[in-house]
Amino acid sequence: MNLAAANNESLAEFSNVLIYSAMAVYTLAFLAHIAEWTFGSRSKVGRTAAALTANGTAAAPKIQVARKGGGAAVLERPKVVTRSSTGARDVPDGPGAAGGDQQGDMYGRIAVSLTALAFLIEAAGVVTRAISVQRAPWGNMYEFSTTFSTVAVGAYLVFLLAGKNVRWIGLPLVTTVLLDLGIAVTWLYTESDQLVPALHSYWLWIHVSTAIFCGAVFYLGAVATLLYLFRDSYENKLASGGNPGSFARSVLERLPAAASLDKFAYRINAAIFPLWTFTIIAGAIWAGDAWGRYWGWDAKEVWSFITWVAYAAYLHARATAGWKGRKAAYIALIAFACFLFNYYGVNLFVNSLHGYAGV
Amino acid sequence: MSKTETTTETPDAAREAGQEAGDLGSAGEQLSTAPQERAVPGSFGGRRAPGPAGALAWGFRETAGWIRWFWRQLTSMRVALILLFLLSLGAIPGSLIPQNSVDEVKVRTWKTNNEFWTPVFEKLQLFDVYSSVWFSAIYILLFVSLIGCIVPRTWQFTGQLRGRPPGAPKRLTRLPVYATWRTEAGPEEVREAALALLRKRRFRAHVAGDAVASEKGYLREVGNLLFHVALIVMLVAFAAGQLFKSEGGKLIVEGDGFANTLTQYDDFKSGSLFDVENLAPFSFTLDQFTGTYEPSGPQKGTARTYEAAVTYAEGAEGKDRKAVIRVNEPLEIDGSRVYLLAHGYAPVVTVRDGKGQVVHKAAVPLLPIDNNVSSTGVIKVMDGYRNKDGKKEQLGFPAFFVPTYAGKGHGQMFSQFPALVFPALNLSAYHGSLGVDSGVPQNVYQLDTRKMKPFKDAKGEVFKQTLLPGETMKLPGGAGSITFEKEIKEWASFQVSQQPGNGLALAGAVAAITGLVGSLFIQRRRVWVRAVRGEDGVTVVEMAGLGRNESARLPEELAELAASLNTKAPTAPDPEPSEAVPAEGAEK
Ligand code: HEM
Repeated sequence: MNLAAANNESLAEFSNVLIYSAMAVYTLAFLAHIAEWTFGSRSKVGRTAAALTANGTAAAPKIQVARKGGGAAVLERPKVVTRSSTGARDVPDGPGAAGGDQQGDMYGRIAVSLTALAFLIEAAGVVTRAISVQRAPWGNMYEFSTTFSTVAVGAYLVFLLAGKNVRWIGLPLVTTVLLDLGIAVTWLYTESDQLVPALHSYWLWIHVSTAIFCGAVFYLGAVATLLYLFRDSYENKLASGGNPGSFARSVLERLPAAASLDKFAYRINAAIFPLWTFTIIAGAIWAGDAWGRYWGWDAKEVWSFITWVAYAAYLHARATAGWKGRKAAYIALIAFACFLFNYYGVNLFVNSLHGYAGV
Repeated sequence: MSKTETTTETPDAAREAGQEAGDLGSAGEQLSTAPQERAVPGSFGGRRAPGPAGALAWGFRETAGWIRWFWRQLTSMRVALILLFLLSLGAIPGSLIPQNSVDEVKVRTWKTNNEFWTPVFEKLQLFDVYSSVWFSAIYILLFVSLIGCIVPRTWQFTGQLRGRPPGAPKRLTRLPVYATWRTEAGPEEVREAALALLRKRRFRAHVAGDAVASEKGYLREVGNLLFHVALIVMLVAFAAGQLFKSEGGKLIVEGDGFANTLTQYDDFKSGSLFDVENLAPFSFTLDQFTGTYEPSGPQKGTARTYEAAVTYAEGAEGKDRKAVIRVNEPLEIDGSRVYLLAHGYAPVVTVRDGKGQVVHKAAVPLLPIDNNVSSTGVIKVMDGYRNKDGKKEQLGFPAFFVPTYAGKGHGQMFSQFPALVFPALNLSAYHGSLGVDSGVPQNVYQLDTRKMKPFKDAKGEVFKQTLLPGETMKLPGGAGSITFEKEIKEWASFQVSQQPGNGLALAGAVAAITGLVGSLFIQRRRVWVRAVRGEDGVTVVEMAGLGRNESARLPEELAELAASLNTKAPTAPDPEPSEAVPAEGAEK
């Protein structure tokens, strides 16, 4: 064994340590989020629920006419009044996980800080892995999984930094990141190694990085869609005078309004769809170079195509009478399930040319 | 709008909604060119006049009506959605069941393992999903629907471009974003300023009545249409590629050449409209193949690079040119692409007869059977050999080759490393008839021993020996010899494919993405500015915006526009402390 190899192996081991550390910190973040939600449930959210009910039944839009102040009003900008479109419920967003509770909010902040810390550690783990193998860290499912969750958390943090109201996604995100990493280190772990010649291509960087990015951000969209479905039925129940269970009440009540969740999910899916299209095309070009045909109905190609068509169907559904709202949301979830299957299912159960990337 | 009047009895919310639709009227119309869901007529024909002429006319009207109905259904958004669904559903079986187009061997294995299902699957064309009748039906319907959708939408859109943005709805307060203020400036003046402002921001704007109507973001529709057209372009390119493509494989030993004609291929496949005449006339020679491998570590032996250095010539008398073909870097010659697929070793052997005369000297390509390129094959001597009785015979030497030998007595003879570190060749020998004349196609890498007899060693076992480069194996009984020459060549196999339409497909793909970006990131929106003199003589300015989706940017944009306009038409002090209600007062 030569020196360079030894060096690489110790780096790879260091990378593993970093990934385990990241998991530990994510676990703390998870606990902090739980604390946030728990404290939040004790706070006085009842009043918002009442407000909600009142608003939900009387769908009459409240229009305030902008009013100017006193004489100094000349310099004041005219106010813009917005209201949601026809038929939409005018429901305000929930107060967030902490539910206005100060202690809960503190735990929420701690959770976010821990998540950011874990993100940095995990990112360092991915980078050291990349250095240890001297290539892009996307050669097998283990590397794919770690990068995937890093990017998902990174996207979430970017949304937070941009001042978007996304803290509600923290708990589900951290939970699934832990799941993803757990699966990665227990079942998918592969010794760090280099790539076979077929993977030597700059298309690897382009195609795989965009695929990971699309998946990670689609994932955020899918979480929002799922929460939308829950929150929407909760709002429906309130609007029709029903009485949701106390757990649903406590948890769902603190989420953003169904309309906001839906919009968030739509924006994400719509923004990522062109990139996903590009990913498939880049993959086709690469396949053309590597295998002599740009499209050969290989299992991986088929499922990317299915995912693409499913997301196209989702976007279509949103422009089709009778398909907006919940039905479109189901399609979006199916589309993301296709993405997941393409990743786990095809790699593990289906024989595919792409299989040589190693489990 | 008459609807609003007749539904006064309905509850508040419903009336509100109804009123809104009425109020927005044409203002909200055609903000997209999506086909409207139209009511389906129950009867097409009307009354049927007596007599055959009447029946004929009725039949004609009825048929035309049904055709129109069917067409409307097909080109509706709902059916497009269903077809998209079916398309993705239909693609699934092809990824789970082995496909002829991907791997025929696997299909055969599957069939022998599942004999019961085979006839059913064959009936359903499940081994050829992507060329099956039902899959084709789905995508053809989808694309017919697509064309049927694009054409009218394009007309409608050009109509919108030639027309002007619709005038302001009666009640601007009903719109999703709204702003208002009172100003001392006259209504004319405000409208002029608004017109200039909106035009500067590249809205298409005009004055209609007491308000300025404007619209922006037409590129969204352009992008959407471009995207859908690009889908058609890609489909056409793909179909053309499938019909006209050709694909052939060829194994070449270092130093040998290949000319692109049908007879030179080891195997060849082509699309149904392919014509042999279309094979591009070129030739190339494999000068050298180089493989490098990880020398140590846990990944020892993993391939790092494969390179085939070739000399090629375009056309019949083209100039010789050098090129290197790598795994991801095919060589493109005259519209054909040459891919490097696989490689292996071709030991050079010399076979001599009993008199010491050379009867056969060749590099024999052997097929790798493991990652360290342990290889097997057969050296066949077809003619020129005579045994010691002077009778013509054929020889066959099943060969096992390892590029890196572990050494005698070190377990089985499997290669330790893929590169030529310590090559060794194990041979056994047969004589008789190779059976090549029987007309049955033969695998060059296997020996048909039905008409052959092995040479035997002293113990009566098949004569066998492991040779190092330069060594010679003497056949028993002075039957001749075979020499494992020091020179060991490598071979590489290539795939030559020709697929027209690639450029078109790429252009379609680029257009599709461009269109999508335009379609999804550009907001199409309308802004109206109404300026009316109120009862107290002060001008009331109202601004409102309407977008396709509820955009976060629309309120911001309107706020900005309002602020700009506000500098031209400054806010007047409140006439009285009580609340001003310009929204209702502004209505005429
Ligand atoms: C080949 C299959 C098709 C695919 C992959 C596809 C894909 C898409 C996508 C991704 C969008 C979203 C862009 C946006 O929201 O602006 C879209 C929009 C649209 N598509 Fe398709 N489409 C297909 C077929 C069709 C067909 C057959 C029709 C006609 C019935 C159609 C009509 C439309 C319309 C009207 C929109 C715009 C909706 C809107 O204004 O939001 N598409 N399509």
